[in-house]
Amino acid sequence: MTESSRQWPLWEVFIRSKNGLDHKHCGSVHAPDAKMALQNARDVYTRRMEGVSIWVVRADQIVASDPDAKPEMFDPAEDKIYRHPTFYQLPDEVNHM
Amino acid sequence: MNATLAAASAAHIEYVLRIADSSLILGQRLAEWCGHGPVIEEDIALTNVALDLIGQSRLLLTHAGKLEGRGRDEDQLAFLRSEPEFRNLAIVELPNGDFGRTILRNFLFAAFQRPLWQALAGSADADLAAIAGKSAKETRYHLQHASDWVVRLGDGTQESHARMQQALDLLWPYTAEFFSPSPTDEVAAATSIGPAWASLEADWEAAVRPVLDVATLKLPARTPFGSFGKFGRHTEHLGHLLPEMQFLQRTVPGGSW
Repeated sequence: MTESSRQWPLWEVFIRSKNGLDHKHCGSVHAPDAKMALQNARDVYTRRMEGVSIWVVRADQIVASDPDAKPEMFDPAEDKIYRHPTFYQLPDEVNHM
Repeated sequence: MNATLAAASAAHIEYVLRIADSSLILGQRLAEWCGHGPVIEEDIALTNVALDLIGQSRLLLTHAGKLEGRGRDEDQLAFLRSEPEFRNLAIVELPNGDFGRTILRNFLFAAFQRPLWQALAGSADADLAAIAGKSAKETRYHLQHASDWVVRLGDGTQESHARMQQALDLLWPYTAEFFSPSPTDEVAAATSIGPAWASLEADWEAAVRPVLDVATLKLPARTPFGSFGKFGRHTEHLGHLLPEMQFLQRTVPGGSW
């Protein structure tokens, strides 16, 4: 057996904090299956009351953008400042924009 | 204080110490895994359980010290008592063995703590009831974590199965002590401090047997063997554990963080 096939698969861990609205990536754990990945994530990443909900997902199931494609992926947005909603006058009653 | 009251008070303290010391000594044993877990995730999981248990014992020892009324605090009870004064179940002082044996003991013990906390939540001793309420949540997780591993290892490879069966054969006889009758229990039950531990056996078995079945482990037959840790009669292993646990407080009496 090769070293890599003896290793448990890697899972990425996302935690929603008490006041947070969305789950945020916080790290990864090794685990043989989803159930244990959740348990491990609980033990490794929520020891200091960091969260109230955990997602885990197999790292190899995540499709990531190619770092080499950064220029064509992201640079074109650089000079389009008008896409930010900072040019509008907001009425006072509108909060949380 | 008349003689009956004094006896009831002594039984009350004794009862609390049995629970406190069992948590404390198992916490100390599990802390030995720190830095030695099979994978980092389990290393942290075991030390998390250890810290839960030590937290339980801190609350219970503090409470026992108050009941006793001689001014002893948690540190003095944990670190300045000698071996025969400890009231922990013998199973928790046994050496860890391999990861499988450690997990199996956690499983057997958590399955015992669970109905105990449940019953104690209705204790006439309000402090004890509050501690039980907090601890019950911790124990539910310990039981889930350990059950999961018992099944994985028991129903795993030939090697892991053999080790788990060996561990069960070794540990099983010590579980009889959980439920052996004692005068302390009779007083505690009569005064509504807590259940007689013998009354928890059915719940414990109902939790333990199905998991061991799924794990394909064979229950050893009950034998006349009995351990007596909760009566202060210990195996040779506690005598080695205590000096390590207590050395700092004995070297620097009253020292604190």
